[in-house]
Amino acid sequence: MTVRIVVLAKQVPDPETPPSQFKVDESTNRVIPPSGVPPVVNGFDLNAVEAALKLRDAGTDVEITLLSVGTEFVLDAMKKPQAMGADRLVLVDEPGLDRLDSAGTVTVLAAAIEKDGPFDLILGGRQASDWDQAHVTLGLAEVLRLPLVSLVQKLEISGDLVQLQRVIPDGYQVVTAPIPSVLTISNEIGEPRYPNLRGIMQASRKQPEVFSIADIGLSMDDLAPKIELKRLYVPESNRQVELIEGDDEADAGRRLALRLREEKLI
Amino acid sequence: MTTVIVIAERDEKGEIVQSTRQAVTAASNLPDAQISVVITGDAPGSATSLPVGRVVTIAPIESTDNGIYDQATADLAALVSADSPDVVMFSKSDFGSVVGARLAFRIGAAFAPDCVEISGDASAAGTIGVTRPVYGGSALAEFEIASSPAIVTLRAGAFEPNTDTGAPVVESFDTDGLERKPVEVSESVAESREGVRLEDADFVVSGGRGLGGPEPFSVLADLAEVLGGAVGASRAACDAGWIDHSHQVGLTGKSVSPDVYIAVGISGASQHMAGCSSSRAIVAINKDGDSNIFKEARFGVVGDWEKVLPSFLATVRELKA
Repeated sequence: MTVRIVVLAKQVPDPETPPSQFKVDESTNRVIPPSGVPPVVNGFDLNAVEAALKLRDAGTDVEITLLSVGTEFVLDAMKKPQAMGADRLVLVDEPGLDRLDSAGTVTVLAAAIEKDGPFDLILGGRQASDWDQAHVTLGLAEVLRLPLVSLVQKLEISGDLVQLQRVIPDGYQVVTAPIPSVLTISNEIGEPRYPNLRGIMQASRKQPEVFSIADIGLSMDDLAPKIELKRLYVPESNRQVELIEGDDEADAGRRLALRLREEKLI
Repeated sequence: MTTVIVIAERDEKGEIVQSTRQAVTAASNLPDAQISVVITGDAPGSATSLPVGRVVTIAPIESTDNGIYDQATADLAALVSADSPDVVMFSKSDFGSVVGARLAFRIGAAFAPDCVEISGDASAAGTIGVTRPVYGGSALAEFEIASSPAIVTLRAGAFEPNTDTGAPVVESFDTDGLERKPVEVSESVAESREGVRLEDADFVVSGGRGLGGPEPFSVLADLAEVLGGAVGASRAACDAGWIDHSHQVGLTGKSVSPDVYIAVGISGASQHMAGCSSSRAIVAINKDGDSNIFKEARFGVVGDWEKVLPSFLATVRELKA
């Protein structure tokens, strides 16, 4: 039996963009893409791709589908999961889909999963590095009425169950969930693998399957926001650091301790 | 009038945690706020002296929940639907992040996580405004929530804890039985932890990529011990396997707000700062004077930690002796 896995993936501005190049257009409330720095697949979503690939490594027959909602996709970036080993790339692409609130995103994902499914496991990264909301996958489980386990660091399929380790603040829980279930994958799963040359060649030959929102039975009216962005800005940093110097670095260390005592901090 | 439900959390001893007291402050700042605190468990404990109008206990979730909050989600959905508040506040904890999101999507409400400010008057202007850091803390976003209830989680340390006392009315809310529990938690494994809890520590000594390997963390541990604090780390250091992920501070790790946060060999990427920026004072030791950490720190030494830290530790030892 093939286990069908869908991994939710989002195209985001490269989070490694240097802070000096991070700029916001306050008239449109949008981040200005830094020149020469292409977008990437959200790094936490690659953790989820890695989790699916680990199941394949363990001998499970898996089919891995990447699903993304947005517009102006940069295919070179979006194909990275396929180069890592994912089988399919499904894009719901339409102008405006990059500006949905999380409720709208969940509605689109749920409709796309219904259209393209059924899937045995739905995996998401723990959060996206742009809006840091960390709840689209959780909301999707509610809308699809499927069991949910968040922050999974290890997974193994046995029959019609999936055995999991879930990260908790001071350790982990051993969890058994049914199939189908929705899982968010934590970065503790391990670094996403680097694509090899063969993977890159294969990915370059594959075409994404593209849906409009009409294809999945929705219209923009179904996606009205519950929460509206009013202002996006880069906060001023007004903190002035007091640099402690000394005769040499060791002396500076000593003076730092004395200065902290003077401030009654230690 | 703005009606607010604060979902409380308690520590192992049953005491209301600081982040819940911070939420009470955030709720009190709303105009003409009528605050209810909800206790997920049947004994209100120290909540009966909170400065709020009402404390509601729910049938003992802790004993029936499967450990991943299926029962809490169901119970709170029933309570919030019956009570129709304007705002529901959680702390941005594991519990609050998961249950807040699930609750919002279950009842079709708006959800705003990780807020650092909340304002507005649900009855007059009809909207609640929230501010939250986005892009790993590189930007702030202000949102307006017109639908009710607005379900939010609050970032740890964004508000001062409310330490006032009051005499709330105590009520109980009965829910109808158990949630279907398809997910089973068979075991919780505690990873070894010595000394002070990172989230509660008054002093945190954190190491990053600049340490170059796992060994230096023993020096950091010595310093933490002398200060009576805990050891933290950046994600880079944890992902490299130098120290366990349970020490990770940042957006995807723990949020800490100690009196002093000592960052050693940490560049200060905004994702890391998201977990420590509410510290009273950040002290940076880094050999790269241009690194971002010096923009956030109050005190700093530009230098090689291998030379700076031993004399710093020795002097702290003398001062403490």
